[in-house]
Amino acid sequence: MPQIAQLSETYASQIFWMLAFFGIIFFVVGRGMVPKVMATVEARDQQIAADLAAAEAARKAADEQEEAWRVQANAQRAEALAVIAAAKADAATASEARLVKAGSAIDARLAEADARIAKARTSALAEIDAVAADAASSIVSRLAGITVDAKAAGAAVKEALNG
Amino acid sequence: MAAEQAKVDPMHQFSIEPLFGTDHWSIAGYNIAFTNSALWMAITTVVLLVFVQGGLKRQLVPGRWQMAVEGFTGFIDNLLAANIGPAGKKYVPYIFSLFMFILFANLLGLLPLMLLGVHPFTPTSHFSVTGVLAILSFAIVLIVGFKRHGLHFFSLFVPHGTPLWLMWLIPFIELISFLVRPFSLALRLFVAMMAGHVLLEVLSSFVIGSVNSGPLWGSIVGVPSFILMVAICALELLVAGIQAYVFALLTSLYLNDAENLH
Repeated sequence: MPQIAQLSETYASQIFWMLAFFGIIFFVVGRGMVPKVMATVEARDQQIAADLAAAEAARKAADEQEEAWRVQANAQRAEALAVIAAAKADAATASEARLVKAGSAIDARLAEADARIAKARTSALAEIDAVAADAASSIVSRLAGITVDAKAAGAAVKEALNG
Repeated sequence: MAAEQAKVDPMHQFSIEPLFGTDHWSIAGYNIAFTNSALWMAITTVVLLVFVQGGLKRQLVPGRWQMAVEGFTGFIDNLLAANIGPAGKKYVPYIFSLFMFILFANLLGLLPLMLLGVHPFTPTSHFSVTGVLAILSFAIVLIVGFKRHGLHFFSLFVPHGTPLWLMWLIPFIELISFLVRPFSLALRLFVAMMAGHVLLEVLSSFVIGSVNSGPLWGSIVGVPSFILMVAICALELLVAGIQAYVFALLTSLYLNDAENLH
């Protein structure tokens, strides 16, 4: 076993070179390079964390804006509905008023027409009396050859018509 | 035949061969020759430097290489955060160096470089190497523990809820288990790495020996041994990672004792 057989002649060399090379590794690699490598990792982790935080903040802001937009849209929709309702109500009252106006005009014309008809009827009835008396007097003169005066004929016709 | 068997010595791969500086390189009388073990530590260091340097592009969107390096640092960071908590952050450089050195040394020692004529060497299969790392970890635990808690750190040896009549026994057992830690750290890694390499070498000697003695033995012994070697190579890759992980995990658990004390 050379580890033991050669120990007395090599231990000084082994220990010296081990310490020498481990010293190089510790001071150059361990203290010199490893902190830089770890700083790089740390910087990357921080960058990732910062990016994630920024993305989160942006998402929150977008959510808030969407919420605000939704509130605004709801308000505008409500406003529009109110305007439509008001316009509808206005239109309904206006058309009602016009209907009332038109109805009253029609009523007036109807009443006027009724009055005219009634007047025409009375005048026509009066004329019928005169025409009937005339006709009756002429029929009597032709049949009986008697001349009846208009007054008598009118009375007779009135009597016959009215029963 | 005798020459063949002598050639496949499963222990030969662990022998340390001085490359240069054997004669005059010394500190305070201790010879510090540059050996093949030191060479493979150097190779491990260079490969690790290149690997981590490749992950230093610091791009916001990482490439594959950067992703791999960041995966390792993140792994160590999570390990320490899970075992020690926020206070574990400052140990990342040490645990990372420890984990990556052991992992790369283990893996580089497994490379089939013999095909290219290079003899790979695994520094972590020597307890004189793993012992340095274990004592380093243990020393850090002691320094941090006494610095943070002073003499109160000794209360580590009295677990919560110890009955008074057991006070003569429990701290003693705890003390022994505490003192055994550097040995268990060092020996676990060294034994695991050595055992795997010895097993591979022994199986390969089966393959070579049985094939040399004819097609019959070659097919009965050699082929199954070869299939087993392939499977054990996969297992060794797993062990290389697991042992590095265990070393780092146990060190971080011991650091947790020193940092948080119960």
